Amino acid sequence: MTATTQPNVRPLAWLRHSLVLARRSLAKTTRNPGPIINGVVTPALFMICFLYLFGGSVAGSTDAYLQYLFPGILVIGAGLSGMVSTGTNINVDLKNGVTDRFRSLPISRLAPLLGSVLADLVRYLLAVTILFGIGVILGFRVHGSVAAALAAAGLAILFGFCLSWASVFIAVLARDANTVLAVSFITFLPLQFGTSVAAPTETLPGWLQTWAAINPVTPVMDACRALLNGTPVGGSLATALIWCAALFVGFCPLAVSAYGRRQ
Amino acid sequence: MSEYGFEAEGLAKRFGKITALDGVTLAIPRGRVLGLLGPNGAGKTTMIRILATLLRPDGGRASVAGFDVVRHPARVRERIALSGQHTSVDEELTGLANLVMIGQLLDLPRRQARHRAGELLSRFGLDEAAGRLVAGYSGGMRRRLDLAASLVGHPEVIFLDEPSVGLDPGKREELWQLIRGLRADGVTILLTTQYLEEADTLADAIAVIDHGQAIASGTPADLKRQVGGHTIAVRLNDPADTEAAVKILTAVADRIPERSGRHELAVPVAGDAEFFEITARLHDQAIGVSELSLRLPSLDEAFRALTGKAAQ
Repeated sequence: MTATTQPNVRPLAWLRHSLVLARRSLAKTTRNPGPIINGVVTPALFMICFLYLFGGSVAGSTDAYLQYLFPGILVIGAGLSGMVSTGTNINVDLKNGVTDRFRSLPISRLAPLLGSVLADLVRYLLAVTILFGIGVILGFRVHGSVAAALAAAGLAILFGFCLSWASVFIAVLARDANTVLAVSFITFLPLQFGTSVAAPTETLPGWLQTWAAINPVTPVMDACRALLNGTPVGGSLATALIWCAALFVGFCPLAVSAYGRRQ
Repeated sequence: MSEYGFEAEGLAKRFGKITALDGVTLAIPRGRVLGLLGPNGAGKTTMIRILATLLRPDGGRASVAGFDVVRHPARVRERIALSGQHTSVDEELTGLANLVMIGQLLDLPRRQARHRAGELLSRFGLDEAAGRLVAGYSGGMRRRLDLAASLVGHPEVIFLDEPSVGLDPGKREELWQLIRGLRADGVTILLTTQYLEEADTLADAIAVIDHGQAIASGTPADLKRQVGGHTIAVRLNDPADTEAAVKILTAVADRIPERSGRHELAVPVAGDAEFFEITARLHDQAIGVSELSLRLPSLDEAFRALTGKAAQ
Protein backbone atom coordinates (compact mmCIF):
# COMPACT_ATOMS: atom_id res chain seq x y z
CA MET A 1 0.00 0.00 0.00
CA THR A 2 2.89 2.37 -0.67
CA ALA A 3 1.62 5.45 -2.45
CA THR A 4 4.45 7.07 -4.33
CA THR A 5 3.50 10.41 -5.78
CA GLN A 6 5.69 9.98 -8.87
CA PRO A 7 4.62 7.43 -11.44
CA ASN A 8 7.24 4.72 -11.87
CA VAL A 9 9.01 5.66 -15.05
CA ARG A 10 11.36 2.86 -15.97
CA PRO A 11 13.31 2.77 -19.20
CA LEU A 12 11.96 0.47 -21.88
CA ALA A 13 9.06 -0.60 -19.69
CA TRP A 14 6.87 -0.75 -22.81
CA LEU A 15 9.25 -3.21 -24.44
CA ARG A 16 9.52 -5.39 -21.33
CA HIS A 17 5.74 -5.45 -20.93
CA SER A 18 5.34 -6.27 -24.62
CA LEU A 19 7.70 -9.21 -24.23
CA VAL A 20 5.76 -10.51 -21.22
CA LEU A 21 2.60 -10.36 -23.31
CA ALA A 22 4.35 -11.91 -26.31
CA ARG A 23 5.27 -14.86 -24.13
CA ARG A 24 1.63 -15.17 -23.11
CA SER A 25 0.62 -15.32 -26.76
CA LEU A 26 3.30 -17.91 -27.58
CA ALA A 27 2.33 -20.09 -24.63
CA LYS A 28 -1.09 -20.32 -26.22
CA THR A 29 0.35 -21.13 -29.65
CA THR A 30 2.14 -24.18 -28.32
CA ARG A 31 -1.24 -25.47 -27.14
CA ASN A 32 -3.06 -24.45 -30.26
CA PRO A 33 -0.70 -24.65 -33.23
CA GLY A 34 -3.51 -24.24 -35.78
CA PRO A 35 -2.52 -20.76 -36.99
CA ILE A 36 1.07 -21.84 -37.63
CA ILE A 37 -0.03 -24.93 -39.53
CA ASN A 38 -2.37 -22.69 -41.51
CA GLY A 39 0.44 -20.22 -42.17
CA VAL A 40 2.62 -23.00 -43.59
CA VAL A 41 0.19 -25.35 -45.23
CA THR A 42 -1.79 -22.74 -47.17
CA PRO A 43 1.20 -21.16 -48.97
CA ALA A 44 2.79 -24.60 -49.46
CA LEU A 45 -0.39 -25.80 -51.18
CA PHE A 46 -0.46 -22.68 -53.38
CA MET A 47 3.14 -23.37 -54.29
CA ILE A 48 2.54 -26.98 -55.21
CA CYS A 49 -0.60 -26.16 -57.25
CA PHE A 50 1.04 -23.34 -59.19
CA LEU A 51 4.21 -25.28 -59.67
CA TYR A 52 2.74 -28.37 -61.25
CA LEU A 53 -0.20 -26.68 -63.00
CA PHE A 54 1.65 -23.80 -64.65
CA GLY A 55 5.32 -24.66 -64.35
CA GLY A 56 5.54 -26.20 -67.76
CA SER A 57 3.69 -23.48 -69.65
CA VAL A 58 5.07 -20.45 -67.81
CA ALA A 59 8.74 -21.36 -67.49
CA GLY A 60 9.14 -24.42 -69.66
CA SER A 61 9.83 -26.71 -66.70
CA THR A 62 8.74 -27.03 -63.10
CA ASP A 63 12.34 -26.74 -61.91
CA ALA A 64 12.86 -23.43 -63.63
CA TYR A 65 9.45 -22.20 -62.44
CA LEU A 66 10.17 -23.10 -58.82
CA GLN A 67 13.18 -20.74 -58.87
CA TYR A 68 10.78 -17.98 -59.90
CA LEU A 69 7.78 -18.94 -57.78
CA PHE A 70 9.30 -19.84 -54.42
CA PRO A 71 10.41 -16.36 -53.22
CA GLY A 72 6.90 -14.98 -53.71
CA ILE A 73 5.43 -17.92 -51.79
CA LEU A 74 7.83 -17.13 -48.95
CA VAL A 75 6.42 -13.61 -48.77
CA ILE A 76 2.87 -14.95 -48.81
CA GLY A 77 3.80 -17.33 -45.99
CA ALA A 78 5.01 -14.50 -43.77
CA GLY A 79 2.17 -12.20 -44.78
CA LEU A 80 -0.59 -14.75 -44.30
CA SER A 81 0.24 -15.52 -40.67
CA GLY A 82 0.33 -11.82 -39.92
CA MET A 83 -2.83 -10.89 -41.77
CA VAL A 84 -4.98 -13.65 -40.42
CA SER A 85 -3.87 -14.78 -36.97
CA THR A 86 -2.73 -11.45 -35.49
CA GLY A 87 -6.03 -9.78 -36.20
CA THR A 88 -8.24 -12.57 -34.95
CA ASN A 89 -6.17 -13.07 -31.78
CA ILE A 90 -6.38 -9.42 -30.86
CA ASN A 91 -10.07 -9.24 -31.62
CA VAL A 92 -10.77 -12.28 -29.44
CA ASP A 93 -8.82 -10.64 -26.61
CA LEU A 94 -10.84 -7.47 -26.97
CA LYS A 95 -14.04 -9.44 -26.64
CA ASN A 96 -13.26 -10.94 -23.28
CA GLY A 97 -12.38 -9.14 -20.08
CA VAL A 98 -8.61 -9.59 -20.38
CA THR A 99 -8.31 -6.38 -22.35
CA ASP A 100 -10.08 -4.41 -19.64
CA ARG A 101 -7.55 -5.70 -17.18
CA PHE A 102 -4.62 -4.79 -19.42
CA ARG A 103 -6.04 -1.34 -20.01
CA SER A 104 -6.49 -0.74 -16.29
CA LEU A 105 -2.86 -1.71 -15.57
CA PRO A 106 -0.14 0.94 -15.49
CA ILE A 107 1.38 -0.28 -18.77
CA SER A 108 1.68 1.35 -22.17
CA ARG A 109 -1.33 0.98 -24.43
CA LEU A 110 1.14 -0.18 -27.07
CA ALA A 111 2.22 -3.23 -25.04
CA PRO A 112 -0.75 -5.60 -25.56
CA LEU A 113 -0.72 -4.95 -29.32
CA LEU A 114 3.04 -5.07 -29.73
CA GLY A 115 3.16 -8.20 -27.58
CA SER A 116 0.78 -9.98 -29.90
CA VAL A 117 2.67 -8.83 -33.00
CA LEU A 118 6.04 -9.81 -31.53
CA ALA A 119 4.74 -13.29 -30.80
CA ASP A 120 3.70 -13.46 -34.44
CA LEU A 121 7.26 -12.64 -35.43
CA VAL A 122 8.25 -16.00 -33.96
CA ARG A 123 5.43 -17.58 -35.95
CA TYR A 124 6.64 -16.01 -39.22
CA LEU A 125 10.13 -17.23 -38.50
CA LEU A 126 8.80 -20.73 -38.05
CA ALA A 127 6.58 -20.47 -41.15
CA VAL A 128 9.44 -19.15 -43.29
CA THR A 129 11.83 -21.84 -42.03
CA ILE A 130 9.41 -24.67 -42.74
CA LEU A 131 8.53 -23.23 -46.15
CA PHE A 132 12.23 -23.04 -46.96
CA GLY A 133 12.54 -26.70 -46.08
CA ILE A 134 9.62 -27.60 -48.34
CA GLY A 135 11.06 -25.46 -51.14
CA VAL A 136 14.43 -27.18 -50.93
CA ILE A 137 12.80 -30.61 -50.95
CA LEU A 138 10.87 -29.66 -54.11
CA GLY A 139 14.15 -28.62 -55.72
CA PHE A 140 14.59 -24.94 -54.99
CA ARG A 141 18.23 -23.85 -54.86
CA VAL A 142 19.62 -20.61 -53.44
CA HIS A 143 21.86 -18.99 -56.05
CA GLY A 144 22.73 -15.90 -54.08
CA SER A 145 25.05 -15.72 -51.06
CA VAL A 146 24.00 -17.03 -47.66
CA ALA A 147 23.79 -13.44 -46.44
CA ALA A 148 21.50 -12.56 -49.32
CA ALA A 149 19.29 -15.57 -48.58
CA LEU A 150 19.04 -14.54 -44.95
CA ALA A 151 18.26 -11.00 -46.06
CA ALA A 152 15.44 -12.35 -48.24
CA ALA A 153 13.96 -14.30 -45.32
CA GLY A 154 14.42 -11.26 -43.08
CA LEU A 155 12.67 -9.02 -45.59
CA ALA A 156 9.71 -11.41 -45.86
CA ILE A 157 9.40 -11.46 -42.08
CA LEU A 158 9.83 -7.69 -41.74
CA PHE A 159 7.12 -7.17 -44.29
CA GLY A 160 4.81 -9.59 -42.48
CA PHE A 161 5.45 -7.67 -39.25
CA CYS A 162 4.73 -4.26 -40.80
CA LEU A 163 1.68 -5.44 -42.72
CA SER A 164 0.24 -7.04 -39.59
CA TRP A 165 -0.27 -3.56 -38.07
CA ALA A 166 -2.94 -2.94 -40.69
CA SER A 167 -4.56 -6.16 -39.51
CA VAL A 168 -4.21 -5.03 -35.87
CA PHE A 169 -5.93 -1.75 -36.73
CA ILE A 170 -8.82 -3.59 -38.38
CA ALA A 171 -9.03 -5.96 -35.41
CA VAL A 172 -9.32 -3.10 -32.93
CA LEU A 173 -12.09 -1.46 -34.95
CA ALA A 174 -14.03 -4.60 -35.87
CA ARG A 175 -16.97 -5.92 -33.91
CA ASP A 176 -16.06 -9.57 -34.06
CA ALA A 177 -13.45 -12.01 -35.23
CA ASN A 178 -15.53 -13.03 -38.26
CA THR A 179 -15.40 -9.48 -39.59
CA VAL A 180 -11.64 -9.51 -39.15
CA LEU A 181 -11.35 -12.80 -41.00
CA ALA A 182 -13.59 -11.62 -43.81
CA VAL A 183 -11.69 -8.36 -44.28
CA SER A 184 -8.36 -10.21 -44.11
CA PHE A 185 -9.33 -12.71 -46.76
CA ILE A 186 -10.89 -10.15 -49.08
CA THR A 187 -7.74 -8.03 -48.95
CA PHE A 188 -5.45 -11.05 -48.96
CA LEU A 189 -6.25 -12.14 -52.51
CA PRO A 190 -5.60 -8.92 -54.43
CA LEU A 191 -2.74 -7.99 -52.16
CA GLN A 192 -0.82 -11.26 -52.37
CA PHE A 193 -1.80 -12.52 -55.82
CA GLY A 194 -2.15 -9.23 -57.69
CA THR A 195 1.62 -9.21 -57.82
CA SER A 196 4.56 -10.77 -59.57
CA VAL A 197 4.13 -13.94 -57.51
CA ALA A 198 3.12 -16.32 -60.30
CA ALA A 199 4.44 -14.58 -63.41
CA PRO A 200 6.41 -11.43 -64.29
CA THR A 201 4.11 -8.40 -64.19
CA GLU A 202 4.81 -7.62 -67.89
CA THR A 203 2.77 -10.69 -68.80
CA LEU A 204 -0.32 -9.53 -66.88
CA PRO A 205 -3.27 -7.70 -68.48
CA GLY A 206 -3.05 -3.91 -68.34
CA TRP A 207 -5.34 -3.23 -65.39
CA LEU A 208 -3.66 -5.92 -63.32
CA GLN A 209 -0.25 -4.59 -64.31
CA THR A 210 -1.25 -1.20 -62.96
CA TRP A 211 -2.40 -2.72 -59.71
CA ALA A 212 0.68 -4.94 -59.38
CA ALA A 213 2.89 -1.92 -59.97
CA ILE A 214 1.41 0.03 -57.04
CA ASN A 215 0.88 -3.01 -54.82
CA PRO A 216 3.44 -2.92 -51.97
CA VAL A 217 3.76 -6.70 -52.03
CA THR A 218 5.27 -6.70 -55.57
CA PRO A 219 8.58 -4.99 -54.70
CA VAL A 220 8.94 -7.24 -51.62
CA MET A 221 8.55 -10.33 -53.79
CA ASP A 222 10.85 -8.92 -56.48
CA ALA A 223 13.53 -8.13 -53.93
CA CYS A 224 13.28 -11.56 -52.30
CA ARG A 225 13.44 -13.23 -55.70
CA ALA A 226 16.52 -11.28 -56.74
CA LEU A 227 18.26 -11.94 -53.41
CA LEU A 228 17.57 -15.68 -53.53
CA ASN A 229 18.42 -16.11 -57.20
CA GLY A 230 21.51 -13.92 -57.08
CA THR A 231 20.20 -11.51 -59.70
CA PRO A 232 20.43 -7.69 -59.39
CA VAL A 233 17.84 -6.35 -56.92
CA GLY A 234 17.59 -2.95 -58.61
CA GLY A 235 15.28 -0.52 -56.88
CA SER A 236 12.94 -3.19 -55.54
CA LEU A 237 14.70 -3.58 -52.19
CA ALA A 238 14.59 0.14 -51.41
CA THR A 239 10.93 0.35 -52.48
CA ALA A 240 10.11 -2.68 -50.34
CA LEU A 241 11.78 -1.17 -47.28
CA ILE A 242 10.01 2.15 -47.81
CA TRP A 243 6.69 0.32 -47.96
CA CYS A 244 7.51 -1.59 -44.78
CA ALA A 245 8.27 1.68 -43.00
CA ALA A 246 5.16 3.35 -44.39
CA LEU A 247 2.85 0.52 -43.30
CA PHE A 248 4.36 0.49 -39.82
CA VAL A 249 4.41 4.26 -39.34
CA GLY A 250 0.92 4.56 -40.77
CA PHE A 251 -0.94 1.78 -39.00
CA CYS A 252 0.86 1.29 -35.69
CA PRO A 253 -0.14 4.70 -34.22
CA LEU A 254 -3.66 4.34 -35.65
CA ALA A 255 -4.05 0.93 -34.02
CA VAL A 256 -2.67 2.07 -30.65
CA SER A 257 -4.86 5.14 -30.57
CA ALA A 258 -7.97 3.16 -31.56
CA TYR A 259 -7.10 0.64 -28.83
CA GLY A 260 -6.85 3.40 -26.25
CA ARG A 261 -10.18 4.88 -27.30
CA ARG A 262 -12.10 1.63 -27.62
CA GLN A 263 -15.07 1.60 -25.27
CA MET B 1 -3.43 12.52 0.39
CA SER B 2 -7.11 12.68 -0.32
CA GLU B 3 -9.39 11.40 2.39
CA TYR B 4 -11.55 9.82 -0.30
CA GLY B 5 -10.93 6.47 -1.91
CA PHE B 6 -12.68 7.93 -4.89
CA GLU B 7 -15.10 10.71 -5.61
CA ALA B 8 -17.16 11.71 -8.60
CA GLU B 9 -18.91 14.99 -9.20
CA GLY B 10 -21.58 15.53 -11.83
CA LEU B 11 -20.22 12.69 -13.94
CA ALA B 12 -21.86 12.44 -17.36
CA LYS B 13 -21.41 10.05 -20.25
CA ARG B 14 -23.35 9.59 -23.46
CA PHE B 15 -23.11 6.84 -26.05
CA GLY B 16 -24.65 8.29 -29.17
CA LYS B 17 -28.20 9.15 -28.22
CA ILE B 18 -28.17 7.11 -25.03
CA THR B 19 -27.35 8.96 -21.84
CA ALA B 20 -25.60 6.42 -19.65
CA LEU B 21 -24.70 8.82 -16.84
CA ASP B 22 -26.49 12.06 -16.23
CA GLY B 23 -24.58 13.93 -13.55
CA VAL B 24 -23.71 11.37 -10.89
CA THR B 25 -22.08 12.58 -7.69
CA LEU B 26 -20.77 10.08 -5.17
CA ALA B 27 -17.79 9.56 -2.89
CA ILE B 28 -16.48 7.09 -0.37
CA PRO B 29 -13.79 7.54 2.30
CA ARG B 30 -10.64 5.44 2.03
CA GLY B 31 -10.93 1.92 3.29
CA ARG B 32 -14.69 1.72 2.93
CA VAL B 33 -17.01 -0.21 0.66
CA LEU B 34 -19.51 1.63 -1.52
CA GLY B 35 -22.27 -0.47 -3.00
CA LEU B 36 -23.58 0.85 -6.28
CA LEU B 37 -27.04 -0.49 -6.72
CA GLY B 38 -29.28 -0.29 -9.71
CA PRO B 39 -31.17 -2.27 -12.33
CA ASN B 40 -29.62 -3.41 -15.60
CA GLY B 41 -28.65 -0.48 -17.77
CA ALA B 42 -28.74 2.00 -14.90
CA GLY B 43 -25.16 3.11 -15.58
CA LYS B 44 -23.28 1.07 -12.99
CA THR B 45 -20.75 -0.41 -15.38
CA THR B 46 -20.21 2.93 -17.12
CA MET B 47 -19.47 4.46 -13.73
CA ILE B 48 -16.86 1.80 -12.99
CA ARG B 49 -15.29 2.08 -16.43
CA ILE B 50 -14.86 5.83 -16.04
CA LEU B 51 -13.33 5.49 -12.57
CA ALA B 52 -11.03 2.73 -13.85
CA THR B 53 -9.84 5.05 -16.69
CA LEU B 54 -11.27 2.81 -19.41
CA LEU B 55 -13.73 5.48 -20.52
CA ARG B 56 -13.45 9.25 -20.59
CA PRO B 57 -16.39 11.12 -19.11
CA ASP B 58 -18.19 13.71 -21.24
CA GLY B 59 -18.82 15.92 -18.25
CA GLY B 60 -18.09 16.29 -14.57
CA ARG B 61 -14.94 15.11 -12.85
CA ALA B 62 -13.76 12.13 -10.90
CA SER B 63 -10.70 11.26 -8.90
CA VAL B 64 -9.46 7.97 -7.56
CA ALA B 65 -6.95 7.71 -4.68
CA GLY B 66 -6.52 11.46 -5.02
CA PHE B 67 -5.75 11.55 -8.75
CA ASP B 68 -7.99 12.91 -11.47
CA VAL B 69 -9.00 10.11 -13.85
CA VAL B 70 -8.74 12.30 -16.96
CA ARG B 71 -5.59 14.27 -16.15
CA HIS B 72 -3.57 11.54 -14.43
CA PRO B 73 -4.86 8.20 -15.72
CA ALA B 74 -1.42 6.56 -15.38
CA ARG B 75 -1.24 7.41 -11.67
CA VAL B 76 -4.76 6.16 -11.15
CA ARG B 77 -3.89 2.88 -12.88
CA GLU B 78 -0.98 2.35 -10.48
CA ARG B 79 -3.41 2.35 -7.59
CA ILE B 80 -6.45 0.49 -8.79
CA ALA B 81 -7.56 -2.95 -9.82
CA LEU B 82 -10.57 -3.99 -11.80
CA SER B 83 -12.46 -7.20 -11.45
CA GLY B 84 -14.97 -7.43 -14.20
CA GLN B 85 -18.44 -8.66 -14.75
CA HIS B 86 -16.95 -11.02 -17.28
CA THR B 87 -13.99 -12.70 -15.73
CA SER B 88 -10.87 -11.01 -16.93
CA VAL B 89 -8.40 -13.84 -16.67
CA ASP B 90 -6.90 -15.69 -19.61
CA GLU B 91 -8.64 -19.02 -20.05
CA GLU B 92 -5.88 -20.52 -22.11
CA LEU B 93 -3.24 -20.03 -19.43
CA THR B 94 -2.90 -21.75 -16.08
CA GLY B 95 -4.00 -19.96 -12.92
CA LEU B 96 -0.36 -19.54 -11.90
CA ALA B 97 0.67 -18.19 -15.33
CA ASN B 98 -2.13 -15.62 -15.17
CA LEU B 99 -0.97 -14.23 -11.86
CA VAL B 100 2.74 -14.32 -12.73
CA MET B 101 1.98 -12.43 -15.94
CA ILE B 102 0.13 -9.70 -14.05
CA GLY B 103 3.03 -9.49 -11.56
CA GLN B 104 5.52 -9.05 -14.38
CA LEU B 105 3.37 -6.41 -16.02
CA LEU B 106 3.49 -4.62 -12.66
CA ASP B 107 7.30 -4.72 -12.86
CA LEU B 108 7.87 -7.40 -10.26
CA PRO B 109 10.97 -9.46 -11.04
CA ARG B 110 10.05 -12.98 -12.16
CA ARG B 111 10.97 -14.60 -8.84
CA GLN B 112 8.89 -12.09 -6.86
CA ALA B 113 6.03 -12.39 -9.30
CA ARG B 114 5.99 -16.15 -8.73
CA HIS B 115 6.17 -15.67 -4.98
CA ARG B 116 3.27 -13.21 -4.98
CA ALA B 117 1.25 -15.50 -7.25
CA GLY B 118 1.81 -18.45 -4.91
CA GLU B 119 0.80 -16.35 -1.92
CA LEU B 120 -2.46 -15.29 -3.54
CA LEU B 121 -3.27 -18.75 -4.87
CA SER B 122 -3.04 -20.13 -1.32
CA ARG B 123 -5.06 -17.30 0.12
CA PHE B 124 -7.81 -17.95 -2.40
CA GLY B 125 -7.73 -21.72 -2.02
CA LEU B 126 -6.42 -22.34 -5.52
CA ASP B 127 -3.17 -24.12 -4.65
CA GLU B 128 -4.18 -27.36 -6.24
CA ALA B 129 -5.57 -25.77 -9.39
CA ALA B 130 -2.54 -23.50 -9.88
CA GLY B 131 -1.04 -25.58 -12.68
CA ARG B 132 -4.28 -26.22 -14.54
CA LEU B 133 -5.68 -24.23 -17.45
CA VAL B 134 -8.30 -21.72 -16.35
CA ALA B 135 -10.62 -23.06 -19.06
CA GLY B 136 -11.20 -26.05 -16.79
CA TYR B 137 -12.01 -23.98 -13.70
CA SER B 138 -15.49 -23.77 -12.21
CA GLY B 139 -17.28 -20.41 -12.11
CA GLY B 140 -16.42 -19.91 -8.45
CA MET B 141 -12.74 -20.71 -9.02
CA ARG B 142 -12.53 -18.26 -11.90
CA ARG B 143 -14.06 -15.54 -9.81
CA ARG B 144 -11.55 -16.20 -7.05
CA LEU B 145 -8.66 -16.19 -9.52
CA ASP B 146 -9.96 -12.95 -10.99
CA LEU B 147 -10.03 -11.39 -7.55
CA ALA B 148 -6.54 -12.74 -6.85
CA ALA B 149 -5.33 -11.19 -10.12
CA SER B 150 -6.70 -7.85 -8.92
CA LEU B 151 -4.65 -8.04 -5.75
CA VAL B 152 -1.25 -8.78 -7.25
CA GLY B 153 -0.25 -5.11 -7.21
CA HIS B 154 -1.60 -4.27 -3.73
CA PRO B 155 -4.17 -1.81 -5.08
CA GLU B 156 -5.58 0.98 -2.92
CA VAL B 157 -8.92 0.90 -4.69
CA ILE B 158 -10.68 -2.10 -6.21
CA PHE B 159 -13.61 -1.96 -8.58
CA LEU B 160 -15.80 -5.04 -8.48
CA ASP B 161 -18.36 -5.08 -11.23
CA GLU B 162 -21.14 -7.49 -10.24
CA PRO B 163 -18.71 -9.93 -8.64
CA SER B 164 -21.23 -12.58 -7.69
CA VAL B 165 -23.27 -12.81 -10.89
CA GLY B 166 -23.79 -16.44 -11.78
CA LEU B 167 -22.48 -17.88 -8.53
CA ASP B 168 -24.58 -20.23 -6.49
CA PRO B 169 -25.44 -19.09 -2.95
CA GLY B 170 -22.67 -21.05 -1.24
CA LYS B 171 -20.01 -19.66 -3.56
CA ARG B 172 -21.45 -16.20 -3.16
CA GLU B 173 -21.01 -16.39 0.61
CA GLU B 174 -17.43 -17.53 0.06
CA LEU B 175 -16.76 -14.55 -2.21
CA TRP B 176 -18.29 -12.19 0.33
CA GLN B 177 -15.86 -13.46 2.93
CA LEU B 178 -12.98 -12.67 0.59
CA ILE B 179 -14.34 -9.19 -0.05
CA ARG B 180 -14.70 -8.57 3.69
CA GLY B 181 -11.08 -9.65 3.98
CA LEU B 182 -10.05 -6.98 1.48
CA ARG B 183 -11.89 -4.33 3.43
CA ALA B 184 -10.12 -5.49 6.57
CA ASP B 185 -6.84 -4.91 4.71
CA GLY B 186 -7.85 -1.27 4.23
CA VAL B 187 -8.72 -1.44 0.53
CA THR B 188 -11.38 0.94 -0.76
CA ILE B 189 -13.98 -0.98 -2.75
CA LEU B 190 -16.60 0.04 -5.25
CA LEU B 191 -18.99 -2.81 -5.71
CA THR B 192 -21.79 -2.82 -8.23
CA THR B 193 -24.56 -5.27 -7.73
CA GLN B 194 -28.14 -6.04 -8.49
CA TYR B 195 -28.40 -8.05 -5.32
CA LEU B 196 -29.74 -5.96 -2.48
CA GLU B 197 -28.64 -8.54 -0.01
CA GLU B 198 -25.09 -8.25 -1.28
CA ALA B 199 -24.99 -4.49 -0.88
CA ASP B 200 -26.62 -4.78 2.53
CA THR B 201 -24.10 -7.28 3.81
CA LEU B 202 -20.90 -5.81 2.30
CA ALA B 203 -21.30 -2.08 1.88
CA ASP B 204 -20.66 0.72 4.35
CA ALA B 205 -22.61 3.01 2.11
CA ILE B 206 -24.96 2.52 -0.79
CA ALA B 207 -25.73 4.67 -3.78
CA VAL B 208 -28.76 3.79 -5.84
CA ILE B 209 -28.59 4.78 -9.49
CA ASP B 210 -31.27 4.54 -12.08
CA HIS B 211 -31.38 6.00 -15.59
CA GLY B 212 -27.91 7.43 -15.10
CA GLN B 213 -28.78 9.39 -11.99
CA ALA B 214 -28.02 8.81 -8.33
CA ILE B 215 -31.47 8.73 -6.81
CA ALA B 216 -30.47 7.98 -3.23
CA SER B 217 -27.40 7.39 -1.12
CA GLY B 218 -26.45 6.66 2.45
CA THR B 219 -25.84 3.74 4.75
CA PRO B 220 -28.11 0.74 4.23
CA ALA B 221 -30.01 1.82 7.37
CA ASP B 222 -30.27 5.43 6.07
CA LEU B 223 -31.78 4.22 2.83
CA LYS B 224 -34.32 2.12 4.59
CA ARG B 225 -35.19 5.09 6.77
CA GLN B 226 -35.38 7.44 3.75
CA VAL B 227 -38.07 5.27 2.34
CA GLY B 228 -39.76 5.90 5.64
CA GLY B 229 -41.79 3.95 8.12
CA HIS B 230 -41.48 0.61 9.76
CA THR B 231 -43.32 -2.58 9.18
CA ILE B 232 -45.05 -4.71 11.77
CA ALA B 233 -45.22 -8.38 10.95
CA VAL B 234 -47.30 -10.85 12.93
CA ARG B 235 -47.38 -14.61 12.52
CA LEU B 236 -50.36 -16.22 14.21
CA ASN B 237 -50.37 -19.49 16.08
CA ASP B 238 -53.92 -20.26 15.05
CA PRO B 239 -55.24 -19.32 11.59
CA ALA B 240 -58.73 -19.06 13.16
CA ASP B 241 -57.57 -15.80 14.79
CA THR B 242 -56.78 -14.19 11.46
CA GLU B 243 -59.94 -12.16 11.21
CA ALA B 244 -59.62 -10.76 14.72
CA ALA B 245 -55.97 -9.93 14.16
CA VAL B 246 -56.72 -8.16 10.87
CA LYS B 247 -59.27 -6.02 12.72
CA ILE B 248 -56.74 -4.98 15.34
CA LEU B 249 -54.02 -4.16 12.81
CA THR B 250 -56.43 -2.23 10.61
CA ALA B 251 -57.72 -0.25 13.55
CA VAL B 252 -54.30 0.70 14.90
CA ALA B 253 -52.36 1.21 11.67
CA ASP B 254 -55.31 2.69 9.83
CA ARG B 255 -54.46 0.43 6.87
CA ILE B 256 -55.49 -3.01 5.80
CA PRO B 257 -52.62 -5.42 6.49
CA GLU B 258 -51.04 -7.45 3.74
CA ARG B 259 -51.14 -11.22 4.06
CA SER B 260 -47.65 -12.35 3.33
CA GLY B 261 -47.08 -16.04 3.57
CA ARG B 262 -48.88 -18.44 5.80
CA HIS B 263 -50.77 -16.91 8.71
CA GLU B 264 -48.56 -13.87 8.44
CA LEU B 265 -49.83 -10.30 8.40
CA ALA B 266 -47.72 -7.23 7.71
CA VAL B 267 -48.63 -3.59 7.85
CA PRO B 268 -46.59 -0.39 7.56
CA VAL B 269 -46.71 1.90 10.57
CA ALA B 270 -45.21 5.27 11.50
CA GLY B 271 -43.25 4.18 14.56
CA ASP B 272 -43.04 2.04 17.67
CA ALA B 273 -46.15 3.44 19.42
CA GLU B 274 -48.37 1.42 17.10
CA PHE B 275 -46.28 -1.64 17.77
CA PHE B 276 -46.93 -1.52 21.52
CA GLU B 277 -50.59 -0.76 20.97
CA ILE B 278 -50.99 -3.75 18.69
CA THR B 279 -49.07 -5.97 21.10
CA ALA B 280 -51.35 -4.93 23.95
CA ARG B 281 -54.55 -5.53 22.00
CA LEU B 282 -53.43 -8.95 20.74
CA HIS B 283 -52.65 -9.85 24.35
CA ASP B 284 -56.03 -8.57 25.57
CA GLN B 285 -57.86 -10.77 23.10
CA ALA B 286 -55.61 -13.72 23.87
CA ILE B 287 -54.46 -14.11 20.25
CA GLY B 288 -51.36 -16.25 20.26
CA VAL B 289 -48.44 -15.31 18.01
CA SER B 290 -45.37 -17.29 17.02
CA GLU B 291 -43.55 -14.26 15.58
CA LEU B 292 -44.00 -10.58 16.12
CA SER B 293 -41.62 -7.97 14.72
CA LEU B 294 -41.09 -4.29 14.10
CA ARG B 295 -38.56 -3.70 11.39
CA LEU B 296 -37.26 -1.19 8.87
CA PRO B 297 -38.21 -1.99 5.29
CA SER B 298 -35.83 -4.38 3.53
CA LEU B 299 -33.45 -2.91 1.01
CA ASP B 300 -35.61 -4.63 -1.55
CA GLU B 301 -38.64 -2.64 -0.47
CA ALA B 302 -36.50 0.52 -0.28
CA PHE B 303 -35.26 -0.01 -3.80
CA ARG B 304 -38.76 -0.59 -5.09
CA ALA B 305 -39.98 2.56 -3.42
CA LEU B 306 -37.04 4.60 -4.79
CA THR B 307 -37.06 3.44 -8.37
CA GLY B 308 -40.73 2.71 -8.64
CA LYS B 309 -40.05 -0.80 -9.83
CA ALA B 310 -39.14 -4.16 -8.43
CA ALA B 311 -35.49 -5.03 -8.05
CA GLN B 312 -34.41 -7.63 -10.54
